[in-house]
Amino acid sequence: MQIHRFLIGCAIAGMMAAPAWGEDGTLTVGLKAEPSSIDPHYHNLGPNNSMAAHYFSRLVEQDDKLRLLPGLAESWQPISDTTWEFKLRQGVKFHDGSDFTADDVMFTFERAQDVPKSPSSFATYLKGKSFTKVDDYTLHITTERPYPLMPVDMAAVPIISADVGEGVTTGDFNSGKAAIGTGPYRFVEWVPGDRLVIERNEDYFDAMPEWERIVFKPIKSGPARVAALLAGDVDFIDNVPPVDIARLQGEEGVQLSQGVSSRVIYLHMDQFREDSPFVKANGGGEIKNPLLDVRVRKAISKAIDRDAIVDRVMEGVAIKAGQLLPEGFFGVTPNLSPEPYDPEGAKALLAEAGHPDGFELTIHGPNDRYINDARICEAVAQMLSRIGIRTAVETMPKAVYFRRASRGGADNSPEFSFILVGWGSGTGESSSPLRSLLHTYDKDRGFGASNRGRHSDAEIDTLIEDALATVDDTARLGLLQKATELAIGRNQGIIPTHYQVNTWAGRTGLSYTARADERTIAMGVTSDR
Amino acid sequence: MTVFIIRRLLQSVVVVAVMSLLVFVGVNIVGDPVDMLINPEADQAEIERVIRDLGLDRPLHEQYGYFVVNALQGDLGDSFIFGQPALQLIIERMPATFELAIAALLLAVVLGIPLGVLAGLRPDAGWSRTIMAGSILGFSLPSFWVGIMMIMLFAVMLGWLPSTGRGDTVPVLGVEVSFLTRDGLSHLLLPAINLSLFKLSLVIRLARAGTREAIHQDYIKFARAKGLSETRVVLVHLLKNIMIPVVTVLGLEFGGLVAFSVVTESVFAWPGMGKLIIDSLHELDRPVVVAYLMIVVLMFVIINLVVDIVYSILDPRVRLQDTRA
Repeated sequence: MQIHRFLIGCAIAGMMAAPAWGEDGTLTVGLKAEPSSIDPHYHNLGPNNSMAAHYFSRLVEQDDKLRLLPGLAESWQPISDTTWEFKLRQGVKFHDGSDFTADDVMFTFERAQDVPKSPSSFATYLKGKSFTKVDDYTLHITTERPYPLMPVDMAAVPIISADVGEGVTTGDFNSGKAAIGTGPYRFVEWVPGDRLVIERNEDYFDAMPEWERIVFKPIKSGPARVAALLAGDVDFIDNVPPVDIARLQGEEGVQLSQGVSSRVIYLHMDQFREDSPFVKANGGGEIKNPLLDVRVRKAISKAIDRDAIVDRVMEGVAIKAGQLLPEGFFGVTPNLSPEPYDPEGAKALLAEAGHPDGFELTIHGPNDRYINDARICEAVAQMLSRIGIRTAVETMPKAVYFRRASRGGADNSPEFSFILVGWGSGTGESSSPLRSLLHTYDKDRGFGASNRGRHSDAEIDTLIEDALATVDDTARLGLLQKATELAIGRNQGIIPTHYQVNTWAGRTGLSYTARADERTIAMGVTSDR
Repeated sequence: MTVFIIRRLLQSVVVVAVMSLLVFVGVNIVGDPVDMLINPEADQAEIERVIRDLGLDRPLHEQYGYFVVNALQGDLGDSFIFGQPALQLIIERMPATFELAIAALLLAVVLGIPLGVLAGLRPDAGWSRTIMAGSILGFSLPSFWVGIMMIMLFAVMLGWLPSTGRGDTVPVLGVEVSFLTRDGLSHLLLPAINLSLFKLSLVIRLARAGTREAIHQDYIKFARAKGLSETRVVLVHLLKNIMIPVVTVLGLEFGGLVAFSVVTESVFAWPGMGKLIIDSLHELDRPVVVAYLMIVVLMFVIINLVVDIVYSILDPRVRLQDTRA
């Protein structure tokens, strides 16, 4: 009896402590991943960048479809082949009341390139560029060669205040001392592993967000995150586990928000070794790598039933893919569509390539990186076995998988023959996957960093490099479309299967503008009141 | 006696040294943290810079050498992910885990001993069988599943208790604790019960077995013959005697309680060091994993050392045997 009373007491206390959303303007968000730091230049990775977007602004912002919007820069344009001019917004104040000027931008760009112990640096977006302050509200950025991606790069680097001073440390940001931005929210506190609290910046220069105060809680375990939403401990969660989607759709009091992401899931094939370690003749003997033959690669693409993957494996929550980015993104070509399922055509192609009885293959994939990744590998293996390519499946945790897939073989070459991977284009245009996945691997020039199949074609390389040096949008679009058509349509350098669709869930009445970059930005959560 | 202690100390140093090698090598041959840390858009030059910065380009024996030299000076390395000293990260999260473990231990004792004694006094009664059946469930159900079920029942369906996090904390002697606020207490209850279930079942069994044995002892019969009330017989004479094995076992199991908290902390998003270690394992934050394991090794070595010394004081045979050997 005593215990019973105690429980009820606790329950009442608990309910008083957690009022329904909006009553005091507070939104509580359950996140799968928490940032590793508040320092916006310390770690260039998803959770950090999502969080930083709340309290720091960038020169250029990206909307939910990754289209560019004015941020701290009102406008930008190329004034010569190699120089871009950014006009900065006037009258913007930092959270501490100081004025925003070009000095803050200059300070930011210098600091962001060299943060001690940074596990992934922002120098990627800043190196090779020289910055000139023309006046307090004008900035010139010069590169050696014409550089069309300048505005996109500027959308990646959060601007901090020059007043925090030289030698500001990552610890100063984590404690809140230096966490002074111009964003819609001001930083309040961060207790790692427990909560991150922010409050609305009433002096924000752009559209005022709805919530006065936001509490982020890291809840890594999927079932626990869903339970926290159902229990009312959080108002909104990201990364809804796919197995729970159907159940939550029927749940009263819960509202789902879904949107396609810029992440394509694709298959990469060994295109550089005559003797590939995981391709064998029937019975296990040696065989000249059949994946070198474009007909075999096309046969594999035809053998994949993308509708079945979307409907059965992904339970309808995905969009079948025929190129590098879903419709609506820059560089998408109208001439490529998802390859229709055609097992007979696939068998005919295999026979034409001299493998009428198929061969043996192993598909490798991660089992904790993409939505249903291991199950997709299994489905692909079954589909290939149906046309005679007897396929074994081996999946492993991402912590082990990516090293082996990128550098596990001899001389740091990729170890596997046939793999499942995903690529999210941060820039929102197809130059990102083209240069990383399909350009010839070129360590010195920074091309093909994730080209784990080592696809290589001089004609496509030239198109990609030209596109990356063409500032005119129409001309660049043409080059990117052409490169995509050749790399996928002609060469089948990779086999896209589907675009990932992400799911967020909130209490009824809360909807989210699903972002293509998969970020959870509380400004995008709106109530219907 | 001095010889014995010196000998034991030397053995402990060897154990710690061997464990450090095993742990370091074991953690460092799995995967590559660079792929976990770096933005996929980074080019090869940036990937190589990170590999160099983290010291991963050096041969393993050289990395181990650095680790040992620094560890001897109390520096277990910086977290790859957070860039802060690994030791500091673990110590920051230690109070939360210890609070949870102590709460679970208290629950196990406060509920387990009365239930066990009751079951021992009337072994054939229906409720005794119910208690024992319950203790079997407590032993055999996986705590991850029980945790989720408890959340579904108490947080989602009944709405009595919060499902996640630690709630409000107040500082006591510089350490943040949550059991002194109502909000904190309500957050603590479910994870503490979840963590205590296994130990609770253990205590019930120990108390029951102790009671069954003690009830037939002469001193109990004599106490009854003297005409003492049943309450006094049970609460004073019986309880005192069955407490010895219970206390011994619980003392030893406390380390296990801290270690088991990994699962409970993940389910309830409790910001303790168990959750830190599981996240660090997933993301291959090697320095944190190594530092955590070294702390655990050190903790167990010290507990064992103390137990050995106490035994040797209590029982001269242990001491003499060891000196001769």
